[in-house]
Amino acid sequence: MDRFLFLTLDGLSRGAVLAAFALALVLIWRAGRIVNFAQGAMAVAAAYVAYSVTAATGSYWLGFAAALVAGLLLGVVVDVAVMRLVDHRSPLNPVIVALGLVLLIQAVLGMVYGNEYLPARAPFSRTALTVGGTAVLSPYDLFVFGTVGVVGAALVWIFTRTAIGLRMRAAAFAPEVSRLLGVNVGGMLTLGWALASGVGALAGMLVIPTELGLHPHAMDLVFVSAFTAAVVGGLDSPPGAVVGGLGVGLLLSYVSGYAGGDLIPLAVLALLLTVLLLRPGGLFAPVTARRV
Amino acid sequence: MSATRAVAPPARHAAEPVRPGRSVPTVLRHLAFATGAALVVLVLSYQLDSFRNFQLATVAAYLCATAGLTVLTGLCGQLSLGHGALMATGAYTLALVQNAFAERGLTAGGLLILSLAVAVLATVVVGAVVGVAAARLRGPYLAGLTLAVAVVVPALTVTFNGVFNGEQGLSVPMAPAPRALGPYFPYERWQLWTAAVATLLCLVLLANLVRSRYGRAFRAVRDDEVAARLAGIHVARTQVIAFVVSAASAGLGGALLAVLAQSVSPGAFGLTLSLFLLMAVVIGGLGRLAGAVWGAFLLVALPDLTHSLTSLFTLSPAAAQRLEGNLPLAIFGVTLIVVMIAAPGGVQGLLSRLTGTLRVRWRHHRS
Repeated sequence: MDRFLFLTLDGLSRGAVLAAFALALVLIWRAGRIVNFAQGAMAVAAAYVAYSVTAATGSYWLGFAAALVAGLLLGVVVDVAVMRLVDHRSPLNPVIVALGLVLLIQAVLGMVYGNEYLPARAPFSRTALTVGGTAVLSPYDLFVFGTVGVVGAALVWIFTRTAIGLRMRAAAFAPEVSRLLGVNVGGMLTLGWALASGVGALAGMLVIPTELGLHPHAMDLVFVSAFTAAVVGGLDSPPGAVVGGLGVGLLLSYVSGYAGGDLIPLAVLALLLTVLLLRPGGLFAPVTARRV
Repeated sequence: MSATRAVAPPARHAAEPVRPGRSVPTVLRHLAFATGAALVVLVLSYQLDSFRNFQLATVAAYLCATAGLTVLTGLCGQLSLGHGALMATGAYTLALVQNAFAERGLTAGGLLILSLAVAVLATVVVGAVVGVAAARLRGPYLAGLTLAVAVVVPALTVTFNGVFNGEQGLSVPMAPAPRALGPYFPYERWQLWTAAVATLLCLVLLANLVRSRYGRAFRAVRDDEVAARLAGIHVARTQVIAFVVSAASAGLGGALLAVLAQSVSPGAFGLTLSLFLLMAVVIGGLGRLAGAVWGAFLLVALPDLTHSLTSLFTLSPAAAQRLEGNLPLAIFGVTLIVVMIAAPGGVQGLLSRLTGTLRVRWRHHRS
């Protein structure tokens, strides 16, 4: 029972990060109907920026801030310099271009930092505190929960309470009408990319210390898991992404706890396959007809 | 049998403009092309040195996979990021079968044909499973699923250590070149012959498929699923067929790579390989078999070129190693983005546009 409790809490902590990353995917999907396959690589790039800043200044928190800024800027650059130029009539094109970005970003990171694992420091201890003889959460897990909670709340606040959030939703929902009403639709899309990329960078900063370390491919499996989470929740639904993320996190934690960590990739694939075959729209998607 | 009936005859006349002066049957034309290509390869195999022979054989192996992928993505509109994993399936199956033969003392060279067939069959089975799921998915969902396949399959080789021997991989016992060719026959030349024959066979089959009613059904499904369905095409079945055919080609390509390298390991079949294949297909021109040839050449030539490029500069060994491993990736990535934005038809698209204008000018000139 103790073990089950520990795995559950560990899974929730894992899931919180996946939820944040899935949220980043959902943000771009809602803004521009693009699944950003380069999200993982962009997050790793931001984490490498943090690594450099931390190495230069000795402060984890300066590096953390640098990663967030790098994430936001990278989102802007990717949208303005690449994605805006792509012909979006075929849904394949943005996906292919995003994959080109993956190759490019990972190659540049490999050239600058080398293709070996670099140590990634966690700001808090990762050994679990014990309550009444039972191992529960580590300080780092609490930090993860707090950060993801703050970011989620901030996103909700931006999208529901601020004028700019309203404009972003309008630009995504009805671009032509919004343009007529004076909304800078392109600018809103860029802002969406920046926000999503920033959240992705944050998720990367949170997840990399819990894995093997910093590597150009460090986020490959995380991306697949987060994509699964986003699909479980329905790509269109931010609450769905959070629930999906927590669910996938729990599943992965149970699988690695009871069956072995090697099986995690297989479990992700099985879950993704099951969800896509049984309910391709996700658990939270409203029933819609495909546009003819 | 019902599959052939369900695929609509009406598409036949719509998609195929009647071209006067082209009375040679398609099959014969493709066979003539293949014979010509075989002769060129034969001549080249004597002109080139062993290393170039081996490289050309590698091009042939990649060509199987890129040709299969271009049929799937370019003609049927399904994006697969899992073809690297399908190649791994073919390669590992071939390795297991060859090892099983070797353990039983069967070393005849002709058994390779059987091993290749088993490898293709195994990939067809895997491709059918993924394809059935894929037929229900669109755009980014399909890309996501196949991406998961690409990430997971190399991990499986480590999980099932006992069969696949983990990161080490398996060695592939190969019979030497037939003794009838003489004692000093270079092994690389024999490898090139083997790979070229298999690849040309695969290409002829694919080219005929593309020009058949199936190929037209693929294109109809790609352009407009609803219209295709109205024309009597079974959309899901067509997509599964496309995926299976494409998987079979990828499996053959992977098996040939294993034959050439005489070993298989998971490192060679990671996500990067899948992205490379996609890049090759996009650069060559989506949906064009000739484009797949360009792409396959590029996959082998570009790392070679960057190698000679980096050796021009004097770098510290560590920096040189980093640059050499990653520069081809960066160039592939940039090319993928630039081609997608500037010339979505790829190399072959540019070429056919060029020959098209020339032909029009020529006609003007004559009249």
